[in-house]
Amino acid sequence: MSVLVYTESENGKFKKNAFETASYAYEVAQKLGTTVTAISFHVKDNESLGEYGVSNVLNVTAENLKTFNTKAYASTILNAIEKEEASTIIVSSSLDTKSLAPILAAKLKGGYVPNVVSAPENTSPFVVKRTAFSNKGFAFTQIDADTKIIGVSNNAYGVKENMTDVNVSDFAPTLSDADFSTKSIEIDKVVGKATIADADIVVSGGRGLKGPENWGMIEELAEVLGAATACSKPVSDLGWRPHGEHVGQTGKPVASNLYIAIGISGAIQHLAGVSASKVKVVINTDPDAPFFKAADYGIVGDAFDVVPKLVEKLKEFKGQNV
Amino acid sequence: MKILVCISNVPDTTSKINFTDDNTKFDTNGVQFVINPNDEFGLTRAMWFKEKQGATVYVATVGGPQTEPTIRKVLAIGADEAIRINTEPTDGLSVAQQLAEVVKNGAYDLVIAGKESIDYNGGMVPGMLATLTDMNFVNTCIGIEIDGNSATVIREIDGGKETIATTLPLVIGGQKGLVQESDLKIPNMRGIMMARKKVLTVIEPIDTALTTKEVKFEKPIAKGAVKLIDANNIDELINLLHNEAKVI
Repeated sequence: MSVLVYTESENGKFKKNAFETASYAYEVAQKLGTTVTAISFHVKDNESLGEYGVSNVLNVTAENLKTFNTKAYASTILNAIEKEEASTIIVSSSLDTKSLAPILAAKLKGGYVPNVVSAPENTSPFVVKRTAFSNKGFAFTQIDADTKIIGVSNNAYGVKENMTDVNVSDFAPTLSDADFSTKSIEIDKVVGKATIADADIVVSGGRGLKGPENWGMIEELAEVLGAATACSKPVSDLGWRPHGEHVGQTGKPVASNLYIAIGISGAIQHLAGVSASKVKVVINTDPDAPFFKAADYGIVGDAFDVVPKLVEKLKEFKGQNV
Repeated sequence: MKILVCISNVPDTTSKINFTDDNTKFDTNGVQFVINPNDEFGLTRAMWFKEKQGATVYVATVGGPQTEPTIRKVLAIGADEAIRINTEPTDGLSVAQQLAEVVKNGAYDLVIAGKESIDYNGGMVPGMLATLTDMNFVNTCIGIEIDGNSATVIREIDGGKETIATTLPLVIGGQKGLVQESDLKIPNMRGIMMARKKVLTVIEPIDTALTTKEVKFEKPIAKGAVKLIDANNIDELINLLHNEAKVI
């Protein structure tokens, strides 16, 4: 009856959220008086989970599960849930996980709550706090079903160290052809660049930049900071930037440590989408732009003047501090 | 080809969110309800299949009579027929179970539901619906082509996209990208007139068990005042980000 956590990985390495979900699982297991078992796919360094409170790791090594497949991964996790007789399952809030968690919940008639921002207030009844209304509010959700599936928000609970003796074993699920009824043909992904979902820092540009030809300085700023680039809705609607960069209520949510908004006025939908970011900096010519009310630090000024100076100064800073 | 588009009735994206009854209920006072944006992208793609490939487009909503203006708007945009399941939507699994009944009775080739509603953000109905009806499933879908029984689907992944081959019957979780914002249709007068005559079937819900419920709501804590830094004093910004906020 351990708490089962799905620890996500890519190319054999754990993603950052794996350690956050493991840390969360440990706190839940403590409250329930049990231990944490993790399930991972093709990971080389499973022992590292011991630093975050995981006692057992089930490592899947089947060749046909090397890359993510929604249904096949969901079925594998269902196999692990059955083996462990787990009734509390912890997952992340990545796009992949948000696709598979509902399958687990539907199969087990479980209660699934995504976007959870803190450890359960109570475990009897089981109540968790999560974001709702596209980050314009929080809901306290009570899970009444026997099986509880908690999707932990990215970068909300944090990574917490809890040194634990860890035992790693191979895990071979029983799958059928039906589990592979969707086949990946091609993956088109920028390598070596931070993604909006994972980045500690996100640099975002709006219509104030006047045109796609002016994004060079945004990318330069992002590069100096090791940040992901993003944009406002009008910018993606105008086709200046790909829609995968659109952040806001109908785009991607941002939960980075630092969000820098350049030439973005701060429509309510945009502010909702980025509100989970911890520190926000706004650079805008208009001192009345609504974003200044939602920001921590602001510069009233022209992006074409401020951003190149910021890039230069940050290069100096990085030179001294790395 | 028979398509079902699942529609959720949600507060307009510009809505201010407030709570009432000692913070246990969402305050609908003064709130304008619209088609969930993620559903609208899917609906618009369904209309494309209707125009180009002769598909018939059905829509389904789980909700009370107050959702009918939104359903009529969907019919005015061009859907052929609507089904309303006469119960208030509660937890995601219950909604998926209600919709699964419609899907099982309708022999649909393609079911499109938004990847999430912008109010409760559960994001679980498409995946649950696919599982309950044993259909193939692709979430966060930003492109779909159908040729006979085969479907080529593009899904968004963190940092990129993945092209997937699968077969019908299929459930997709739709979002922006499935069509562009500029492709969204505004109902014209002819559409609105025709929508009045289209079939809207009201069916009674099946019994479901509640798996989760919202017991309390809370608004985000208001931010303190912004610290303004002079545009000629970039060093100060870097100093604050490094020493005060500790984010660089």
